Amino acid sequence: MTANPVAPDKPQTPPPAHDDAHERRLRARGRRGRLDVRLSPYLYISPFFLLFALTGLFPLIYTAWVATRQWNTITGDGGVAVCGAVCGSTDPSIFANFQWVLNQPAFWDALRNTFSIFLISTIPQLIAALILAAILDANLKAKTFWRMGVLLPYVIAPSAAAIIFSQIFSDQSGLINTFLGWIGVSPVPWHANTLASHIAIASIVNFRWTGYNTLILLAAMQAIPRDVFEASVVDGAGRVRQLVSVTIPMLRPTLIFVIITSTIGGLQIFDEPQMFTQGTSGYGGPNRQFLTVSLYLWDLGFNHVSIGQPNLGRSAAVAWLLFLIVVAFAIVNFLLTRRIASAGGAPARKHHAKEVAR
Amino acid sequence: MSREVSVAAIRQVGGKGVANAAARKRRIVVTSEGRRPGWVSYAILTAVLLVSVFPLYYAISIASQPTTDTQYGLPALKLGSGLFRNLSTAFGEIDFLTALSGTLLVSTVCALSTVLFSTLAGYAFAKLRFRGRGPLLFFVIGTMAIPTQLAVVPLYIMMARLHLFGTLAAVMIPGLVTAFGVFWMTQYLDGALPFELIEAARVDGASMIRTFWSVALPAARPAAAMLALFTFVAQWTNYYWPMLILGPNKNSMLTVAAAALKGARFTDYTLVMSGVVLTAFPLIIVFFFAGRQLVSGIMAGAVKG
Repeated sequence: MTANPVAPDKPQTPPPAHDDAHERRLRARGRRGRLDVRLSPYLYISPFFLLFALTGLFPLIYTAWVATRQWNTITGDGGVAVCGAVCGSTDPSIFANFQWVLNQPAFWDALRNTFSIFLISTIPQLIAALILAAILDANLKAKTFWRMGVLLPYVIAPSAAAIIFSQIFSDQSGLINTFLGWIGVSPVPWHANTLASHIAIASIVNFRWTGYNTLILLAAMQAIPRDVFEASVVDGAGRVRQLVSVTIPMLRPTLIFVIITSTIGGLQIFDEPQMFTQGTSGYGGPNRQFLTVSLYLWDLGFNHVSIGQPNLGRSAAVAWLLFLIVVAFAIVNFLLTRRIASAGGAPARKHHAKEVAR
Repeated sequence: MSREVSVAAIRQVGGKGVANAAARKRRIVVTSEGRRPGWVSYAILTAVLLVSVFPLYYAISIASQPTTDTQYGLPALKLGSGLFRNLSTAFGEIDFLTALSGTLLVSTVCALSTVLFSTLAGYAFAKLRFRGRGPLLFFVIGTMAIPTQLAVVPLYIMMARLHLFGTLAAVMIPGLVTAFGVFWMTQYLDGALPFELIEAARVDGASMIRTFWSVALPAARPAAAMLALFTFVAQWTNYYWPMLILGPNKNSMLTVAAAALKGARFTDYTLVMSGVVLTAFPLIIVFFFAGRQLVSGIMAGAVKG
């Protein structure tokens, strides 16, 4: 924010004072005005900060507290957490819940699945979005129609999309398996097999988000000056070369943004795997094939609720672990993307091309 | 989820020089004719459009099957004759009107509240000078990266303590404000509202709140409309938190009601899909009317970045 803020007090030319009463009135108004100017900004930001403190900041700190406690979903706080037989310790410790979680094979399965689904969804999705944006960037007829068509899945709730796709990917007689049968491929166990289920879930994610990311990238593409493209054409660059050497480097900030938001969203994935389950039992699949960290968090604290289980404490511990992973990943992503997107030496070539074009 | 963020955030991440310079130049070259795309482009776009629409068609198609025998695979590709009967069964089973009004209420309240408070705060951050402005704004932006999951456990405990478990109020409260909203309005007003206008109003003797009301608010209208639309969609499609906090009152919101129908009727997919179709369609209808704005909202946010 570089713009100059309004000067708080404007020196006003004082009107000639006729009598005391008038002067007093004026002075009172000035005081009120100054108070108005000084307090108003805080007044304007305070509703947001009050609500945010209640629903964002306080819970953040409170989660850290709950994560150290033996906190039963039904009966409440039961003192400092104890890890128990899982890690061979009966001493209360503020790290006990974390120890317990880290000793669960389910947590590691969930972590592996989360990363797997995240990678399988994000990478093809961004490549597809980039290509689609490049296509939409051309001088198309009925621009708005195509853009709206691409964005349509965005208004379908992920949970609803997951129910539909669960049918399309049905193991016995789902559409995909039927088509695979036609071309002589044996049916894929989309719900039973780990990798297959990840691919199916990733396709639900891609269904909803590819169009959204396409439009974001498209908008950034349209902000690239056209003469850069023209220059690259004069230089003899084909479409692919243009995309790789001109468009992608110039989209760098947008790409970083899209990758980071995809990471934050992708690592929290919940709706799709939860509703991908066939039937009612076996959350994340009968053998945890598509149990994700978020799903595990929910399962620990809210799904398998029983007396004597310190559930919410362990849930909170999972939440903190997830948070640390997201932050670490966002940072790594940021650094990586910066390097990848700035490699290629496009600026120099662009400059050269421009001169030729003139 | 925090993915409904616009590219405006890039400015914070990657610097605004490139994007701004590009946006300025765009005005000059925007009229120049780009290359005319060939039929391959249209073919690809048509394929993408079909992929976008197909799952919806398939849901309708399953929902229209007269018996549960034809609910899977190829037979379900052809529209059947049972659509209206199945829809009306699902209509009663998920108590559609209750779920619709609940969802509408939550989405509307959250959208209005987010827009109002974000515009107020955004105006203050963009155009007023006060102590702590920089750090506070930095703090707001920083919190955008925090996953929603992190707050779920304490919010659940809080709602239970406040005896709000299972109510729509509990669904709404965490959505009343978003850090993104403040960021978005700050960005917009920073560029769209000239200081001269504010000063003119002040010189004319308008109080601070009057200035906000009659100068800042009208200027903020386009961005506020976008923010309202995005918040509305985000709340409408939200599933995780409502599912958690509504408890047994599963029919109070559409996404949760559809999911619950799946849990209860997983052998009868004609009915489950009828529920999905019913719950998805109100927003699709909204999309047909406001989709253009949604598209231009994404585009505007990104160009501004």
